[in-house]
Amino acid sequence: MTTTAPPRGETQHHEHVPLRHPRLPRWAPLLVAAMAASAGGLLALSLGWGVVGWVIVAALLHLVGLPLWSRVIENRRAAVDRLVTSLIWIALVIAFIPLVSLLSTVVRNGASELTSTFLNNSMRNVIGEGGGIYHALVGTLLITLGATVISVPIGLMTSIYLVEYGALSRLASAIRFLVDVMTGIPSIVAGLFAFALFALLTGDPGIHFGFGGSVALSLLMIPIVVRSAEEMLKLVPTDLREASYALGVPKWRTIVRVVLPTALSGIITGVTLAIARVIGETAPLLIIAGSTDSVNFDLFHDQMATLPVFIYYSYTQPGLNPEISRGYAWGAALVLIIIVMALNAIARIVGRFFAPRTGR
Amino acid sequence: MSSTVTRTRSPRRLGDLVFSGAAFGASLTILVALAGVAIFLIIQGIPALGAEPSDLNGKPNLLAYTAPLVFGTLWAALIAIVIATPLAIGVALAVSHYAPKRLASPLGYLVDLLAAVPSVVYGLWGIGFLGPRLVPPYEWLDQHLGWLPFFAGPASTTGRTILTAAIVLAIMILPIITAISREIFSQTPRLNEEAALALGATRWEMIRLSVLPYARSGIVSAVMLGLGRAMGETMAVAMVLSASGVVTFNLISATNPSTIAANIALSFADATGLKVNALVATGLVLFVITFVVNFAARAIVSRADRSVSR
Repeated sequence: MTTTAPPRGETQHHEHVPLRHPRLPRWAPLLVAAMAASAGGLLALSLGWGVVGWVIVAALLHLVGLPLWSRVIENRRAAVDRLVTSLIWIALVIAFIPLVSLLSTVVRNGASELTSTFLNNSMRNVIGEGGGIYHALVGTLLITLGATVISVPIGLMTSIYLVEYGALSRLASAIRFLVDVMTGIPSIVAGLFAFALFALLTGDPGIHFGFGGSVALSLLMIPIVVRSAEEMLKLVPTDLREASYALGVPKWRTIVRVVLPTALSGIITGVTLAIARVIGETAPLLIIAGSTDSVNFDLFHDQMATLPVFIYYSYTQPGLNPEISRGYAWGAALVLIIIVMALNAIARIVGRFFAPRTGR
Repeated sequence: MSSTVTRTRSPRRLGDLVFSGAAFGASLTILVALAGVAIFLIIQGIPALGAEPSDLNGKPNLLAYTAPLVFGTLWAALIAIVIATPLAIGVALAVSHYAPKRLASPLGYLVDLLAAVPSVVYGLWGIGFLGPRLVPPYEWLDQHLGWLPFFAGPASTTGRTILTAAIVLAIMILPIITAISREIFSQTPRLNEEAALALGATRWEMIRLSVLPYARSGIVSAVMLGLGRAMGETMAVAMVLSASGVVTFNLISATNPSTIAANIALSFADATGLKVNALVATGLVLFVITFVVNFAARAIVSRADRSVSR
């Protein structure tokens, strides 16, 4: 991209065509940006706007200034090109503002909460200070573990079917399509499904228990596992399979001993990302897992607190000590973000360092 | 692969039978689960047809109960799409065609991080940080653009309006639209791009002439997937929006339409009897809407895939 020479403006069909049209110097966008920033800064200072007003005015000045300059020196088409380039970079910056703002807000509000008391205590019989998120951490880990135990075998076997057995058959492509559609199921619908299923099975119209949350989450997790595992299995070279068949190894042993080990790191990466995706889900757990102040290690009985649900209730129903309770919410949000980011980082590291040796 | 000279079928081994059966069974489980979602929601939703107004927030029947929620769901998702689409396409182009090669993948990774943040944290941020900071702009809009029905006001004093919720939704669906568009943009045939540049097109003209036409169906389906995501998103809306279930196009007032998902999340814990069935019925409606949207989006993608591979 960068080596392509910039366009030279409109071609003209008479004799004395200048070979080079005038161009703005390479540093022109930077210069205009700096001028726009300082002019915006002056305006903002003199009129008493905040940083936000300053940035907006500077961006607008840049968006007007650079194309105008280009229009005068270069031509209309180059001016449009410069306008679009500026717009696209501005879009990129705008997209990162919420990420930065969100992370910094959570860290600022949550960092002071992270004490060993906070991590090692439940909210049982706690009014005011001294409570913690231990019960929610336990619940989140158990429910997510349950979801993983359900999703990984089903997801992995399905992807094996799709790649090794179904391949191009009509049923396989139908399943592939439905799995894609399944990724779009709203999380709250997954929660309602688990509720409707277990309310019918147990006959208890107010059913709440952790394993229901695992079922709901696995409904969201399976499609992610299937798709990522399928991609990974497809990357395994056919030569490997055929070499194994040629040695007389049955198909299932080929898959278990040759195909899966080759794709293992990719599959682990996909599963980790899927866990990271569902560990922060709130809506299904709100419905089926419920909420409690006590530690509950039993997935199959009674309500179970989870981190996301804890965040939700601590902030929206803060009770007698709103300040303290909201502090808990921010602290728990920070813990949740750290868990999710750690899972993402693990997935990347596994993906990079244990990449399959495909004989490149 | 199968065309050997004399193909003697190897005896079916027990291991093979068990293993392929298990793989096939797992695939069927997925189909059963998907059908199960619909079936169980229908079973639990049907009793709501006979619900009394006392179970339906005073609405006479299920339809009158669901309609404003459907409106709110579509309206919030629509605003979110309007905000997110141009940004997402801009970001996708920046990553695929503008950023230097070395920067491209870290930038893409940063955008993906937006998708990794749990929705409840977005809700927390929206209610605790973004909302209060949007109050002054809302007051400004109310004063200066109040003649537009969208900004009729009176402006909310907490910032917990449907516009705030839609902005949070837009941030949440930005990564999904960006990821798909980026993928498609970077698949544009290199020759088309080079041809446009060789004819003297500027970079933007090259994108307009070769990249965007190629990616059109991909962008459409990406936007539809984002739409489906926005309609089903629960926690951010439930936390940010101060909903009263009205039907209004007013974006900045304190009385806002609610969405199906947010309504379920807010009412479920206290619901008993037929109220629960009514909520499950609205959930079924949401499932059908998002299923149709996702189905259409995936159909467009797979058709585009086929036309490309040929």
